Amino acid sequence: MTTEAIIELRGVNKWYGAFHVLRDVNLSVAKGERIVICGPSGSGKSTTIRCINRLEEHQAGDIIVKGVPLDDDVRHVESIRRDVGMVFQQFNLFPHLTVLENCVLAPMWVKKMPRAEAEAKARQLLERVRIPDQALKYPGQLSGGQQQRVAIARALCMDPSIMLFDEPTSALDPEMVKEVLDVMSDLAASGMTMLVVTHEMGFARRMADRVVFMDKGEIVEVAPPDQFFDTPQSDRTKAFLGQVLSH
Amino acid sequence: MSVTETTQERAAPIRPNQGPVAWARANLFSTWYNALLTLLIAYVLVRAVPGIIDWALVKANWTGDAAACREAGGACWAFLAEKWRFILFGTFPDDQHWRPTLAILSMIGTLVISADRRFWGRALIYIWTVGIGFSALMMFGGVLGLDYVPTELWGGLPLTLALSIVGLVASFPLGVLLALGRTSDLPVMRGLSVVYIELVRGVPLISILFMASVMLPLFLPAGVSIDKVLRALIGICLFSAAYVAEVVRAGLQAIPKGQVEAAKALGLGYWQRQRLIILPQALSLVIPPLVNSFIASFKDTSLVIVIGLLDLLSTAKAALTDPAWRGFYKEAYLFVGVIYLLFCYALSRYSRYLETVLGQGRRR
Ligand SMILES: Nc1ncnc2c1ncn2[C@@H]1O[C@H](COP(=O)(O)OP(=O)(O)O)[C@@H](O)[C@H]1O
Ligand SMILES: [Mg+2]
Repeated sequence: MTTEAIIELRGVNKWYGAFHVLRDVNLSVAKGERIVICGPSGSGKSTTIRCINRLEEHQAGDIIVKGVPLDDDVRHVESIRRDVGMVFQQFNLFPHLTVLENCVLAPMWVKKMPRAEAEAKARQLLERVRIPDQALKYPGQLSGGQQQRVAIARALCMDPSIMLFDEPTSALDPEMVKEVLDVMSDLAASGMTMLVVTHEMGFARRMADRVVFMDKGEIVEVAPPDQFFDTPQSDRTKAFLGQVLSH
Repeated sequence: MSVTETTQERAAPIRPNQGPVAWARANLFSTWYNALLTLLIAYVLVRAVPGIIDWALVKANWTGDAAACREAGGACWAFLAEKWRFILFGTFPDDQHWRPTLAILSMIGTLVISADRRFWGRALIYIWTVGIGFSALMMFGGVLGLDYVPTELWGGLPLTLALSIVGLVASFPLGVLLALGRTSDLPVMRGLSVVYIELVRGVPLISILFMASVMLPLFLPAGVSIDKVLRALIGICLFSAAYVAEVVRAGLQAIPKGQVEAAKALGLGYWQRQRLIILPQALSLVIPPLVNSFIASFKDTSLVIVIGLLDLLSTAKAALTDPAWRGFYKEAYLFVGVIYLLFCYALSRYSRYLETVLGQGRRR
């Protein structure tokens, strides 16, 4: 890496009881880099990215985000969460709030931004994810694809420097996958640092700077997409690609 | 879920071609056991109603004294005419009865205004401060030229309302904190909350009232005494808090984990998450059961008689001890029964209504 790392995972290990979920995970992400993480279900992809904003706690190793180590210091955790946006498979919008309220909540309460400013920003971002006219609706009134785009806008309202995506299109009907991927592609083109867990290999090939393959809690292979898809090194990667690319 | 049930109910009257026959078929004779029940109830009504009319109206005695009542053999409404003020207001000074009347109206008004969802929010704090403050002013007096009336003289409906309303409001924050404690990640908080909730729920209200009344003074320095009504309030509040906690906990646990995670990921702190994301959703899920537990606590306040307070039920009993008017139990209990019924029925209708409108909100 020529540029300095914005996220640094060093020897990260995690156990659920006796079950070793993450084994010595090392990954260094540069500013503006787009990383796609793939691998079989249960391989620890979600756990890895959820450790980056402390939705899960790692038990050994270091995670450093923008120079701040993730440790037991609550202020570190808070400052990292403020700067790292996350998009979930199940959208996790707040159903009791309108789309606009979902978007302005964190800027107003976490960043103490005045409401008018937060709303202006939210509307601008809703425009960017192509749902400017749904601002006053409730999440339950929107389609899955629209909800996921609101979730992206909501995360962007905090002006994060890093965005984490955990299978953002896996809960969507096939016809809605594209609208979400398009928004993510725009975001990638804008220079956002992104870590995306996904099975959308087309997206990985087009947008990723590097593809990470995980299996059984380990990072098996990291490579630029061309190399990753065309000349995978590990047998496990080949087996996995054989499965996902065959459909 | 009950939401779908109420939707069907609301949809029913709009359906066309519904004459009385069709209505009866749909509502009274839809199945063989419903038909059986309908017939059974009709039979009971036919048997009972004439007797009730005879007692309540035909043979009833409206004026005069107890002797005239016994003569007539029916209901003795003269007894209520004589005693209703005592039953409603207890030993509050006779010439001041307008004060508890205004206090009651103010408390009911506060409840009615709070029932309107448009006022839910910060406005409620002002409404309650004014409404309950005004009631307290009316009951206590002592300023603005009003005579001071000590709580020993309070009784009847205003006391019942004050105990249950203030008890509920005071127990609510404690109940929510206990619920948060019980679902917290901190083992100490969790342990303390569980112990408190389970201890209180394992004990009847009557013994908590005894404890508040008898044991509380033992912990206070000599010479300091707490007002009896306040003691009862503390007891009721500590008691209902445990029940509120369990109701709220059910709501908290019904909120998907993703909500907390999304809130955490946005950088919201613990109290912000609870206040902005979790509690609004959890509480709106449990408002109907909360109203139900309020109904229970409204009725439970009648237990304060054990520590010598005269609530609505106790004033009715006390009215019956007047030697001149012995024995008119039916009338006395019917009177307070109707008052309890009015309040509880209104509350339970409100709870049903909320279930519907809040259910719509969720489906949106
Ligand atoms: N809270 C938990 N307790 C125990 N095991 C868990 C927990 N969360 C995840 N796991 C296990 O950890 C493994 C990795 O999970 P995850 O990171 O979600 O996998 P992926 O996202 O790659 O499908 C899985 O085998 C899963 O069953
Ligand atoms: Mg996963």
